[in-house]
Amino acid sequence: MPIHEKNLIRPENLSTHDNLVIDGVDVSGDWSTFIKTRVVADYNENLQEEIGSLPGAEYIHRCWQCGSCTNSCTVNAIEPDFNPRHWIYLIRMGFESELVRDKDLIWKCVSCNKCTYACPRDVVPEGVMKATAHWLELKGYLDRTPSTEFDEEFANQVIRTGKIEDGRVMMGFFKRTGQPLMQPWLIAFVKKMFAGLPLGWMMKMGFATVIHPRTKGWGPAHAAIAEYAKEQEEKHIAAVRGSHPEAAFHTAD
Amino acid sequence: MAEKKYQKVAYYPGCALEGSGHAYNKSTKAVGKALGLELEEVDNWNCCGAMEVKNIDPKIQTYLSSRVMSIAANEMKHDVVMAPCNGCYHNLKKAEYDLAHDEGSRQVVDRLSSKAGHETYQAGQIETIHALDWIKDGIGEEELAKRVKNSLKGLKIANYYGCMYTRPRHIFPEKDQGPGSESTSKPHYMDDLLAAAGAENVDFALKTACCGGAHTLSDADTSTKLVANILRAAEEAGAEVIATECPTCHTGLEMHQVRAETNFGIKTNVKVMYFTQLLGVALGLSPKKVGVHENASDGRAALKARQIA
Repeated sequence: MPIHEKNLIRPENLSTHDNLVIDGVDVSGDWSTFIKTRVVADYNENLQEEIGSLPGAEYIHRCWQCGSCTNSCTVNAIEPDFNPRHWIYLIRMGFESELVRDKDLIWKCVSCNKCTYACPRDVVPEGVMKATAHWLELKGYLDRTPSTEFDEEFANQVIRTGKIEDGRVMMGFFKRTGQPLMQPWLIAFVKKMFAGLPLGWMMKMGFATVIHPRTKGWGPAHAAIAEYAKEQEEKHIAAVRGSHPEAAFHTAD
Repeated sequence: MAEKKYQKVAYYPGCALEGSGHAYNKSTKAVGKALGLELEEVDNWNCCGAMEVKNIDPKIQTYLSSRVMSIAANEMKHDVVMAPCNGCYHNLKKAEYDLAHDEGSRQVVDRLSSKAGHETYQAGQIETIHALDWIKDGIGEEELAKRVKNSLKGLKIANYYGCMYTRPRHIFPEKDQGPGSESTSKPHYMDDLLAAAGAENVDFALKTACCGGAHTLSDADTSTKLVANILRAAEEAGAEVIATECPTCHTGLEMHQVRAETNFGIKTNVKVMYFTQLLGVALGLSPKKVGVHENASDGRAALKARQIA
């Protein structure tokens, strides 16, 4: 499948003339549209280093821009502006402000690993997408995304108890994101599910959302993981915001 | 080819099989029993980290998966651990790969294991397999075909494997090894088993397409679009049933089949069943015994229409 990337040229960077004569040659019509020349002055020379320091993006420097990631991408097929190749290019070039324009799209990666499967340089583009979404949040460009809320709700249950219970994760996620539990499609689904479920199992599942399933003797593992997770979080914040956290911190717009 | 080491294995059901994937757990155990394959559940197991914990920190996920393998290998002395969930299977394989290749992962797993008070898992101690491998390598299609009491009578099936069973390829070194081995681009183990049970597998292009499972709730519209594509492609290929081998895919297909209709008016009739449910019925177990009635997408009528059950 060819990659259509004309959408990368933003309308504000196009210049169209009705009548245009250059060096005595009439170039009106199809030839009269030009991409404006520009000078980029606001590089972030450390952009690749900042994002590359977050887990998942360690190998971003290997990219040679072949486009296999975008070509194989699940999300790109339904949302053409979702373009991992382009974002990796922007990161490697230090074009921070251009990258930030796509902040509401980058977190939508579904982790299908098609890009990582296709990549000839083992860049792990899936990891780069996750790290970039994380970076956007750490820098303050982006409020916490629904994806982050879900990951945290899920991970917190695992770290605390060793296990998750899917009904509880769903309820916790809806609460965090302020969504009602009574959504028409969900009611329709639950009705279908309960139509065939044995009563005993329904009670057991309902019970599990109240009495949380737990891995026996999980205490020491919980303490060890929580301590490690905290260390890592502090490390990531320091790597992205540098030694003067306020200086590099932008407020979400 | 039946191999003895796959006939008695450690069993890691994972969290989903204790909740929404209950019917997969039930049917996997029932099929094992019917085929004489033994399962010993991993003692006091924990969540593998699914698709979420790696986004907080990938090495925590590696540790979580390594703990399960450590218990199965060091405490229960198993050589093989079987996970029916693609997420669990993928994460155990990924942990195995990282621990064999990455010193940083080894250090973190060692630190967390000693603080948690159990032996550190060392790469190579155990082999992780999927429920598909377990039946394919523990029994094989020939033997399975001999034990079929209730043929699937040409039931048209689209085999759906999802993402985590084949991608990325480097964590599955046993795949893509020529004839007989599983393929990461065109997986066929489920097709082979269901064909042995009498089903007709349709030519289905979206075998390893993504259902959007990672964002099934956090970006529900994207998931609905992806699932609607899969359901429509299966119907266009002539399938009556989509066979699944992952609880996340299965629930995703069921949930977004309903959501596609409620929110977007896209109606599809194809039914979704775990491959273990289909095999169980073929082995002569009642649909109830393998939990067909527990699926939101109720396949009982589809089986009845072909006079299978």
